Amino acid sequence: MKLKLLPLIIAAVTASSLSHATETIRLGVEPGYAPFEIKKPDGTLAGFDIDLGNEICKRIEAQCTWVESDFDGLIPSLKAKKIDAIVSAMSITPARLKEIAFSSKLYGTPARLVTAKGVDVEPTAASLAGKRIGVFQGTTAETYAKEQWATKGVDIVTYQSQDLVYADLVNGRLDAAFQDAVAADDGFLKRPVGKRFQFSGPEVNDETYFGVGAGIGLRQSDTELKAKIDQAIAAMLDDGTYDKIASKYFNFDIYGK
Amino acid sequence: MIETLQQYGQAYLWTDGFRFTGVAVTLMLLVVSLLIGFIISIPLSIARTSSKKYFSYPVWLFSYLFRGTPLYVQLLIFYSGVYTLDFVRDSDFLSWFFRSGYYCTLLALILNTCAYTTEIFAGAIRETDKGEIEAAKAYGFSNWKLYTQIIMPSALRRSMPSYSNEVILMLHATSLAFTATVPDILKIARDVNSATYQPFIAFGIAAIIYLIISLVLVSLFRQSEKKWLKHLQPLSN
Repeated sequence: MKLKLLPLIIAAVTASSLSHATETIRLGVEPGYAPFEIKKPDGTLAGFDIDLGNEICKRIEAQCTWVESDFDGLIPSLKAKKIDAIVSAMSITPARLKEIAFSSKLYGTPARLVTAKGVDVEPTAASLAGKRIGVFQGTTAETYAKEQWATKGVDIVTYQSQDLVYADLVNGRLDAAFQDAVAADDGFLKRPVGKRFQFSGPEVNDETYFGVGAGIGLRQSDTELKAKIDQAIAAMLDDGTYDKIASKYFNFDIYGK
Repeated sequence: MIETLQQYGQAYLWTDGFRFTGVAVTLMLLVVSLLIGFIISIPLSIARTSSKKYFSYPVWLFSYLFRGTPLYVQLLIFYSGVYTLDFVRDSDFLSWFFRSGYYCTLLALILNTCAYTTEIFAGAIRETDKGEIEAAKAYGFSNWKLYTQIIMPSALRRSMPSYSNEVILMLHATSLAFTATVPDILKIARDVNSATYQPFIAFGIAAIIYLIISLVLVSLFRQSEKKWLKHLQPLSN
């Protein structure tokens, strides 16, 4: 009896796997970086990256699942094949390109200092000397701050998450926070908690550190996936879908030059 | 691996060039918190075993609070929570104290180890041989003399095996320090991970460092147990 059923089961399994021929892609994200990725009170993910990721998945006809992870664990997870792509406001930098591949640019990611209102500083070692600057572990802002400023007498304090940086800026433990300008604007300055704070000094756009913008992180071996995603991004930019999604979040040109 | 060690070895051990990091910070946290926690826990353990409720009950409550909540939560409350309270901000001393990640971490570690150590010592005090106490009383020992010469020396010695466990657990507990921005061994491992994207090497080095420190601590305790607990070993062999 059992043996008779076996071919049926095999047939059923094969049929079901054939009918779901679309590939499954696991997208890694650190959901603490508004407006790019946030976790809503009901536990679902939302944000610019999430919308872009879902739109791209639809266009390449893949089934996507979102996997949450620490930011500094994303690249190791990608390399260990625990996830297949990183969609988490990750800047395309030369250092990261040595380890992984990136899709074409998704949007620009300049960094900028945030301070209390009335405190005006410039993003230079001379202006920041002796001050405590908070950065988020593993980000481009941290690398920049450490290499450009820490060596010249600026006290760089690294945090486990961006929220803890803001919390300590509000607390007064920090003189300034240094991070992605758009994330700081939306995730902090526009909220009630950020009322007493402002951007200070111009945007920092050093390509060696901040790259050309954010992209989707991919394994270097997955060239086929990269080609498909690049094509989807180009098509989205072309037919206005990108602008439609972006207008939900930004009132300026987030894509940049 | 060798490249990583050359580049980050110094940061793992004692400094990243700007401040103390790595092993130096971890050991400092461990030694200071154990030392202060030990000193406070001796009177607390005596109070804990007291038959008088107004001595034993507050200590019970303290130890219940700090053993009944995760150290991570305690650290978050001390570092992120307390500093937002108005009366802390208004007091010069409190705001100076809680501004520092180091002080917050040390406070959490001290209170945590103190709670566990108090219970360890209190258990040993309760298990003191009744005959020894009766004999001391028969000789007219005062309460002070009874505790300083009979109960505590014996109870502290008998606590050593479980106290050595607590010391190792405290070593592990220091790895939470980065929550309060204190750059301990694990923080350097995370730096190396985000700079090299080689988590196996980054965290592997940290694990080996912790193992070496544990080994030293364990062998120190083994030596002192041989010396101080000799009277509890069987006579033969």
